[in-house]
Amino acid sequence: MPSEGDTALLQLDGVQVAYGAIEAVKGVDLMLFEGEMVCLIGANGAGKTTTLNAIAGTLPLAGGTIRYRGEDLARLPAHKRLKLGIALVPEGRGIFTRLTVEENLRMGAYIRKDADGVAADLARVFDMLPRIRERLHQVAGTLSGGEQQMLAIGRALLSRPRLLLLDEPSMGLAPLIVEKIFEVVQSVREEGVSILLVEQNANLALEFAQRGYVMESGRITLAGSGRELLENPAVRAAYLGESD
Amino acid sequence: METLLQQILNGLVVGSVYALVALGYTMVYGILGLINFAHGEVLMIGALSALTTITALMGVAPELPPLMLLGAGLLVAIPTCMTVAFLMERLAYRRLRGAPRLAPLITAIGVSFLLQTVAMIVWGRNYHTFPQLISTTPIQPIEGVFISPVQISIIVVSALLMFALVTLVNRTRLGRAMRATAENHRVAALMGVDVNRIIALTFVLGAALAAVAGVMFASNYGIAHYAMGFMPGLKAFTAAVLGGIGNLAGAMLGGIVLGLVEAVGAGYIEDFTFGFLNSSYQDIFAFVILGAVLIFRPTGLLGERVSDRA
Ligand SMILES: Nc1ncnc2c1ncn2[C@@H]1O[C@H](COP(=O)(O)OP(=O)(O)OP(=O)(O)O)[C@@H](O)[C@H]1O
Ligand SMILES: [Mg+2]
Repeated sequence: MPSEGDTALLQLDGVQVAYGAIEAVKGVDLMLFEGEMVCLIGANGAGKTTTLNAIAGTLPLAGGTIRYRGEDLARLPAHKRLKLGIALVPEGRGIFTRLTVEENLRMGAYIRKDADGVAADLARVFDMLPRIRERLHQVAGTLSGGEQQMLAIGRALLSRPRLLLLDEPSMGLAPLIVEKIFEVVQSVREEGVSILLVEQNANLALEFAQRGYVMESGRITLAGSGRELLENPAVRAAYLGESD
Repeated sequence: METLLQQILNGLVVGSVYALVALGYTMVYGILGLINFAHGEVLMIGALSALTTITALMGVAPELPPLMLLGAGLLVAIPTCMTVAFLMERLAYRRLRGAPRLAPLITAIGVSFLLQTVAMIVWGRNYHTFPQLISTTPIQPIEGVFISPVQISIIVVSALLMFALVTLVNRTRLGRAMRATAENHRVAALMGVDVNRIIALTFVLGAALAAVAGVMFASNYGIAHYAMGFMPGLKAFTAAVLGGIGNLAGAMLGGIVLGLVEAVGAGYIEDFTFGFLNSSYQDIFAFVILGAVLIFRPTGLLGERVSDRA
């Protein structure tokens, strides 16, 4: 468990994000330590995706700071954040549907110059996601939803991230596929990649994650270990489909 | 039969130029959803900057071989056009990304006027004779069919450039990044792509092709003028829409088809209209085609819908 003195891998302080006049994120504090898997849960429209996009750099901040390994990210555009090791698997997967599966994977390795390392990582991704290898030369738009999600994760891994941001990887997928995806996420984590996971499927997310945050209309309303949150009656009532 | 063959040959020559220019329209549209109406002016700047270079060189070193003069003209025209395109993206279009569609469209028309006016100030209002450094004396490969060395060069150079561009876009890391950016700017940025750089590069590549097209166009007709970009620009735009805007193969196909229709049509327009119109009305074909495509097949021959985005 992280102690107070450590520098966090990722630290959000009073982060605010707005879409024009609409304030979507209204002051979020959040921390993630190296090697941790932390989840962020909350109802539709709570601001989870907005928060992840702000971390990845595709949305500007209206206030607050985001620090990564102690460095303020404010002036860093998204493409440079990836070079620091922050990769986002976006909501809806963000597959390049007109590119082939292989080209999608190569886009994941776009910033890398070490061809040998990329080849080795590709091989690891194929081991983890055998379905992807079979479809290498297919146009990615023809993949099923589950395959696209696998591809999106594999593609993000090819940048060798240190921090992986996952936005609802289970969205719209059958339970069996969700299970497989969580197996993959688990093995990524075992390789030492830190993970910030956004999920609607709170039960699953809290079971996997060490710690969790609950977000409601742009603010963090609860934080704790996965177990604490799973046992919290308010969380159970709101996100785990139980009434007390 | 010889007449038809001759017209097809003429059509291929003009069509190659349209195709080169159409590629610039379609690449920019593919990546930004913007119709860069100023693209035709880039062709004009290519021709006139080459003209200035060649004239100056002829003054100081008249003994230089013609091909070297032409090469020098291109060597100046290409970077000049690339710079112009780079600046127009950087100064005008970049700040309009995400603005309502009409704004960049009107801006493009404004940029087009601006470039024409600047060219008029720099090069004057007059028609200039463009030195025909590659021979325009026709040879007869087949009895009754004529083609000049400059026309052969146009077809060959265009084909090579198109091949190079298609290879770049489909086979290289850079091309992959261009295609990824065209599909989704945000996700491309998440892959580490500097989207602004890729967009600038798209403009600059299109401009390089337009520069070459401008020099070839002027070499073929022996004339250059500050307003010479307008018509081929409009034709190339038509070609891009005809092929399916946003689609590289479509732009090339559209260019060639339009060139052929114009050339063959020009040969028969008098017969069709019982002498009412003659071949100087051949420009009509481009606009009839543009109208017909937009009404009956807005996706063009190979591409996506244009009306949704333009
Ligand atoms: N592009 C946008 N323009 C305007 N408002 C937006 C935009 N994207 C999101 N919002 C608003 O911002 C708020 C937060 O949205 P966000 O997508 O971050 O929520 P979320 O927690 O990810 O929800 P979900 O679980 O549905 O994915 C919502 O009220 C949403 O309507
Ligand atoms: Mg979301």
